Parts: sequence; C-alpha cells; structure tokens
Amino acid sequence: MIKTITILGGEGKADKAEEVQRIDLNMGDVVSIVGPTGSGKTTLINDIELFADGDTPTKRRILINGERPPSVYRDDPSRNPIALITQHTNFLSDLPVRVFLGTHARIRCADGSRADALVAQTLAFANQLTGEPVIPDSRMTELSGGQTRALLIADAAIICNTPIVLLDEVENAGIHRTRALELLRQYRKIFIFVTHDPRIALLSDFRIVMRSGCITRVIHTDAAERTFALTVGCLDDALSRLRDKIRFGKHLEKTDFTELERFTPEREAAFL
Amino acid sequence: MKLVICAGSATTGKTSVLRHVARKLVATGHHLAFLKIDVQYADEDEVFAREFAIPTRKVYSGELCPDHCSVLVLGDALKWAGEAGADILVVETAGLCLRCAPYVDGGLGLMVMEATSGMNLPRKVGPMLSLADIAVVTKIDLVSQAEREVFRARIMEAAPSVRVREVNALYGIGIDPLVDLVLQTPDAPERLLLRGNPPVGTCTICVGKKEIGWQSHFGVVRALDNQNFYRGE
Ligand SMILES: Nc1nc2c(ncn2[C@@H]2O[C@H](COP(=O)(O)OP(=O)(O)OP(=O)(O)O)[C@@H](O)[C@H]2O)c(=O)[nH]1
Ligand SMILES: Nc1ncnc2c1ncn2[C@@H]1O[C@H](COP(=O)(O)OP(=O)(O)OP(=O)(O)O)[C@@H](O)[C@H]1O
Ligand SMILES: [Mg+2]
Ligand SMILES: [Mg+2]
Ligand SMILES: [Zn+2]
Repeated sequence: MIKTITILGGEGKADKAEEVQRIDLNMGDVVSIVGPTGSGKTTLINDIELFADGDTPTKRRILINGERPPSVYRDDPSRNPIALITQHTNFLSDLPVRVFLGTHARIRCADGSRADALVAQTLAFANQLTGEPVIPDSRMTELSGGQTRALLIADAAIICNTPIVLLDEVENAGIHRTRALELLRQYRKIFIFVTHDPRIALLSDFRIVMRSGCITRVIHTDAAERTFALTVGCLDDALSRLRDKIRFGKHLEKTDFTELERFTPEREAAFL
Repeated sequence: MKLVICAGSATTGKTSVLRHVARKLVATGHHLAFLKIDVQYADEDEVFAREFAIPTRKVYSGELCPDHCSVLVLGDALKWAGEAGADILVVETAGLCLRCAPYVDGGLGLMVMEATSGMNLPRKVGPMLSLADIAVVTKIDLVSQAEREVFRARIMEAAPSVRVREVNALYGIGIDPLVDLVLQTPDAPERLLLRGNPPVGTCTICVGKKEIGWQSHFGVVRALDNQNFYRGE
C-alpha cells in the first residue's frame, strides 16, 4: 500500500542546490506544479515517474513510504504505481484503439476476464471529455490531440488504476478539463498536475513552485485563496461558454458578457 | 576478456546506449576496447576514442552481410583487444539482416529497439531479438507510458525468454542494470560459437547470379506458391 511519496531535492540548472529539499505527498493529496515555461516542471514529474535515485540530471531522489522504492517498480513498467500523462499527445502506435486498450488492460489487470469491461469503461470516461467520441475501431494514430489526451487520462484512471497519477498540462488539450477534474477526483489517489491554469492550481491542496530547474517554494492554498477559487471557477466557466460558442459556429453577443461583469472578488465575497 | 555484442536496426540508439554504458564502466576502472561493424559508413570508432580514450576500430562489411562479417572478424578482434590491454570488448554491429543474429555463446547479447518503431517491430526482427540476452528499448521519452507497456508486452510475446529494459539513451536513464549485466558476463570461452543456427546457406543470388526467377537458380530456392525446396544435384 502506498501512503506517501517523498521528493528529495537535488540541483537546478547551473548545478544550484534546490531551495526546497524535501516534500512529502500523502494519499489523497492533490498537488500542482507551477512555474514559467522551461522552469523544469516536466522534468520534475519525469523524475517522479522514473523513481529518480540521484541518477537523472537533477540528482533528485524519490522515496515511497519513506524508503527507496522496490526495484520491481522500475523493472516492470506494468507494476509501476505511477501513471504519467505526458505533454506529448501523439500516439505512434497504429493499433486500433480497442486492441491497444485491450492489450493494456490484460497487462495491468491480473483477472483477464475483466479486460473487455475495463476497455468499455475507459472509452466511456474518455468520451465524456471529448467533443467528438473516440471510435474503438479507428487506429490510435488517427485520434486528434484532445481525443488522445482524453483516452490517456481515462487509461490512467481505469486501466492503470495506479495510486499516483501525474498529468502534464491537461488544460492544453482542448478537452473538457473541469469534467476531467470532477471525474478524477472521484478516485482516491495522489494527483500531481503540472499546470499554468489558476483554476487547477487553486483546487490543489498545495502547489510546488519551479524556477530555473529548482523547486523554490511550496505554497498551501489558504482560506482566502479558496474563496477566490469560486470566482476563478465562474470566470473560467464563462470563458468556456464563450469558447464553446465559437467552437460551435455561433456569434458572440453583448449579453454574453453581462454575467462576467459580476465577477470582481469584492462583489463575489459580498455575494457569498 | 568479456565480450558484449550490441545489435539493432540503424539509428535505434545503439551508440547512445553504449556510450552511457562505457562511461560508467570506464569510470569504475574497467578497460574497454570498442569495435564497430557496419556496411559502408561509421564514425563510432572516432567518437569512442575521443570520448573515453580507449582503443577502437571499425570494419566495413561491404558486400558481406555484416553479421557474417562479424563471425569472420571476431576472433581477430578479441586478440587485438587483449593486446591493447582491454578486459571488455564492446562490439556495435549494424543489424541489417533480419535472418541472422551476431550474438556469441558466452558473450552478452544486447539488442536495441526504439519505442517509436511501431507495435509490430518485435514480431519482425526475428533472431536478432529472440537470441539476445536483453532487449533495450530506447526513446521512451517520446512515447506515452501506456504505449511503453504495450510495446514491452509485444516484445515478451515475440521473445518470452529475453529480458526487457526501457531506457532514455539521451540522458542515460535506466542504464545501470545494463552495466550490471556486462559485469556479470563471464570471460569469453576459448572456442567461440555463434548463438543459434545461421539461416539457410549461400544461394546462387548471393554468389552473383542476377537472373530473375527460381528456374535460373540452384540450391535452396522457392517459388511464390511453394515453401523452400532444393534444386540441383
Ligand atoms: N529522444 C531520444 N533520442 C534518442 C534516444 N536514443 C538515441 N536517440 C537519438 O537517435 C539518434 C540515433 O542514435 P544512435 O545512438 O546514433 O543510433 P545507432 O543505433 O548507433 O545508429 P547507427 O549506428 O547509425 O545504426 C540520435 O540522434 C540520438 O540522439 C532516446 O532514448 N531518446
Ligand atoms: N534541475 C535541472 N537540472 C538541469 N536541467 C534541467 C533541470 N530542470 C530542467 N532542466 C532542463 O530545462 C529544460 C526545460 O525543462 P522542462 O521541459 O521540464 O520545462 P517545463 O517547465 O515543463 O516547461 P513548459 O512549461 O514549456 O512545458 C529541459 O531541457 C530540462 O532538461
Ligand atoms: Mg513541460
Ligand atoms: Mg551507432
Ligand atoms: Zn545475414
């Protein structure tokens, strides 16, 4: 049983020691990694997924339940308790979606008879996040960027069903990300989101701040920020509605913005 | 002398993997020699000599299948490496012929494959994979984790007895177990034998007869609607 995962700091670019030398994540934590482009966010989650042991360029080390993880996690990818959804959203495999997911389900799940059910659930999950549904007989390489990302998220949650899930910039795939967050939070796992999105950041218990390859700070979402989270959510929903109108070939009108004018933090606080 | 033979299709990452392995071996005081076998172009000998200051050589197989060429030159190469003071000879081959494999009994056979190569590759590479001791999957940084797992399953299905190791050969991540395997390899025996059986022997095309159609050829031949059969005396 995985209860905690620990990041032991290494060094950033130019071999500078990281400001934060230890971070512990507990089962059920939702954590964000934030920082400017190129600051090392993806590198950090790669370290986690690989169970870095001082052998990656960052020299970081990852502990599970306070100890060096058993080597089987690294030796057999299907026993890896971490699922990583990368920023690259292209599949290179030309297998049909059904075959690919079926193979993956049989690797991950000891009881092979459940594979078909898992594939069906995975497709149903993915199709709640995409505009156009994934066709099970199409080839993986034919999926759009958003469909690919949606399928990978569903695969991580349902087929891998790992206790730790790492997601690199879910917001950039054109999928229904609020729905993705809602669906994912039904599972009790450690979630780590690399994100530039204030809504996702404020939904997290804390956020890890990166700069020049270093972990520079850990910021806990406090009570004040939690109230802003509501405002940010409403603003974000309003923007999503605008996005959808554009997507579905509609014109924007002045009335689309009346709602937005309501959202200043002061007004929102009074409103609550 | 330990013998390490690394095969894999062009640009799969053989050199990248071997450089990381060599760096770790040299850093722990081992004496390496490096031989590259390729058909018509290679610069790995210069790369390894420059980077690690170890004795290196290359041979071009030209008209010969590079794996057959390796059978012919390996004896000389071990002698050369011994005289040059090495205790581990690392051979990077070309791996073009998918019917034979260059590994030798008593040596370590490393097969390098890229994760980006499509799910059917493990089914296509034949003895180059199935006769290896370990399949090293490179370029894992370019594919999703799910694809990595399915690719591994495909390898294990095609070659159940071969170990599999995923690496990122750009940064050298996942290399340590390969180094351990090299160190566990015993010294190569006096009498070296090619692992497995070579494919059906020389045909008349190999020796230069260019006419199209099996009717013009002798020895083991085949027709479109037939299995291999023998024609001639
Ligand atoms: N992204 C990525 N690129 C890699 C990896 N391994 C190798 N490469 C790249 O792939 C290309 C070919 O790598 P080499 O190591 O030269 O391949 P090789 O098998 O020795 O090639 P030949 O000897 O010419 O057949 C180079 O551009 C490498 O940088 C990897 O793990 N990830
Ligand atoms: N601790 C470190 N030491 C050395 N190099 C590092 C370190 N952290 C990151 N880098 C290097 O910095 C570059 C950018 O890092 P990375 O891709 O992780 O950035 P990112 O924050 O994910 O950016 P983006 O927001 O654009 O996705 C990479 O080449 C990476 O190898
Ligand atoms: Mg990134
Ligand atoms: Mg090479
Ligand atoms: Zn051959």
